[in-house]
Amino acid sequence: MSRDGCNILSARFGRADGHLLKTYEAEGGYRALRMVLDGMKADEVIDVVKESGLRGRGGAGFPTGVKWGFVPKDAEQVYFFVNADESEPGTFKDRYLLDYDPHQTIEGTIISCFAVRANLAFIYIRGEFGWLVDRAQKAVDEAYAAGFLGENILGSGYSLDMIVHKGAGAYICGEETGLINSVTGTKGQPSIKPPFPAVAGYLGKPTIVNNVETVAAVPWIMNNGAAAYQATGTEKSAGTKLWSVSGPVRNQGVFEVPLGLPFAEFYRDELGGMIDGEELKACIVGGSSVPVLTADEIMGCTLDYESLQQAGTMLGSGGMILIPKSADMVELIKVLMHFYWDESCGQCTPCREGTGWLHRIVGRLLKGEGVPEDLDLLDKVCNGMAGLTICPLSDAAVMPMQSFLQRFRSEFEARIHETAAPGSPSRWARGE
Amino acid sequence: MENPDTATALQLSDAARERIEALKSRYPTYQSALMPCIWTIQEELGWISPAAVDFLTETLEVTRARVQEVLTFYTMFRTEEPAEYVLEVCQNISCHILGARELIAHLEKRLGIRLGETTPDGKFALHGVECLGACGHGPVIQLGKHFYEYLTTEKADELLENLRKDVVPRADTDRQLEEDS
Ligand SMILES: Cc1cc2nc3c(=O)[nH]c(=O)nc-3n(C[C@H](O)[C@H](O)[C@H](O)COP(=O)(O)O)c2cc1C
Ligand code: SF4
Ligand code: FES
Repeated sequence: MSRDGCNILSARFGRADGHLLKTYEAEGGYRALRMVLDGMKADEVIDVVKESGLRGRGGAGFPTGVKWGFVPKDAEQVYFFVNADESEPGTFKDRYLLDYDPHQTIEGTIISCFAVRANLAFIYIRGEFGWLVDRAQKAVDEAYAAGFLGENILGSGYSLDMIVHKGAGAYICGEETGLINSVTGTKGQPSIKPPFPAVAGYLGKPTIVNNVETVAAVPWIMNNGAAAYQATGTEKSAGTKLWSVSGPVRNQGVFEVPLGLPFAEFYRDELGGMIDGEELKACIVGGSSVPVLTADEIMGCTLDYESLQQAGTMLGSGGMILIPKSADMVELIKVLMHFYWDESCGQCTPCREGTGWLHRIVGRLLKGEGVPEDLDLLDKVCNGMAGLTICPLSDAAVMPMQSFLQRFRSEFEARIHETAAPGSPSRWARGE
Repeated sequence: MENPDTATALQLSDAARERIEALKSRYPTYQSALMPCIWTIQEELGWISPAAVDFLTETLEVTRARVQEVLTFYTMFRTEEPAEYVLEVCQNISCHILGARELIAHLEKRLGIRLGETTPDGKFALHGVECLGACGHGPVIQLGKHFYEYLTTEKADELLENLRKDVVPRADTDRQLEEDS
């Protein structure tokens, strides 16, 4: 598969001037917005995005145009949220998009807002990205000054305000209803769906939440047409995807490749394989919440929604974590279970208690205090957590837990017969 | 109505007060402006004191419970005066694979404190945090608005040495701000 010209999203990555309005405009930026506002109807924009096959890049992969179509046509007030909470372990692509090319996301957001008839947009950026909040704000200021935001944009009669909102450290605010609740000035706890935000979201009004990478693709689609986007990737996975790659490979970073690229090719050509002395043992392909695959399994996959699902995992956010032979799978799952336990918002008993149980049982194994029944107990706790809660965070803990157990069971079993040398693992790995 | 007692008790600059007024009119509801108003105060004063809670309650016309709930739900809001330099080290999976545990052990030794503690002089605090969105750049330390990335024990020592002299070295994420000026 050709990777030539695969820079729909990443054309300005790594460039010192990529974030400036003048660079973006000189390279065709805001042309799509001018075209859309010069006579296109909102529904026509939705149709183009539907035809392009663009799917949400925040994790669930829901078709974007279809989601936009759920907004009631007679709604008086519609809100739009760009989800830049990016807190899924392994994921750091939205940061690159806003860092190197904020105007692409801003233009995409304006067009998306026009399509769903929103007049107020929020870009919700996780609080830890302090410098990025400042950068995005600067770009938004530039867009206002150039007349791309505010009242009567480019004389079209369409008006849009954009607020850069800074989060404050809570993974759960990445979940769309948690995100919306957070902006109302409350705890960012998810709400039961339905109603879906597209019908009743922020302040009870229709609200669309899209990932940064999703809206960033919109200007290219409008400029080049749905067919051109659809022509990249596979039948069910149109376009390109950003992969945030971490682990002891030669080249870590964010890579844009067409969907459908064989993993083995990506691994060899883009990542350069593992660093000397390391060997690939496992891969978490779509962020920490998806099932882990063994090296053999991932080598047989192509990087798209269908193939990864067939292999028993998910494309998720594209946060690809390469796990070397030298890593201890029990330690790694302890780190992850600590994360989900720490980030559970506490509303649902299976999630609040279950994540704590998983964290403590794995901690016990690491301390050398595990009993043979523990492995079945882990499984049993997982079965009591999956699919039973308000939001999918509970499932997000279960998927790595069960897949680690299933695929690397011998490493767990080895822990049961072991007695820990006093003071060996660090304090937090011991569960303190 | 703003209570004049608490309004004077809170040493907030006019610029910050103006910004809070602007936020109130920019967001669709006062309560929606709660997080950015907390940020405005914390960025200026370092933490949210009881006087700041009073101020927020009054100026945004929200209940005290609402302010407290938001302050405690989000990990980045501080309700106690923090150490001068709060070093937040990612201990999640990618950083763990890339050596975060060794880095933390090293920092604990160098600072003579354990994770979660503050040095007796109040200069350094060492916190373990969850994924910072720098996974391919790890191990990483967050200090305020910036990240120090691709850390080794040597680079961490250099950072500590500088901070001891109150020199905040250029962070890996500083690059962008410099280009603009
Ligand atoms: C626990 C949890 C965390 C999430 N975090 C994020 C996130 O950081 N960024 C994101 O875009 N979506 C995140 N999502 C997915 C959102 O709920 C939502 O599906 C997405 O933002 C929709 O945008 P899209 O259709 O463009 O993908 C998260 C979901 C869950 C359950
Ligand atoms: S599943 Fe967990 S994180 Fe999600 S709403 Fe329930 S308790 Fe909160
Ligand atoms: S795991 Fe450390 S920044 Fe993501």
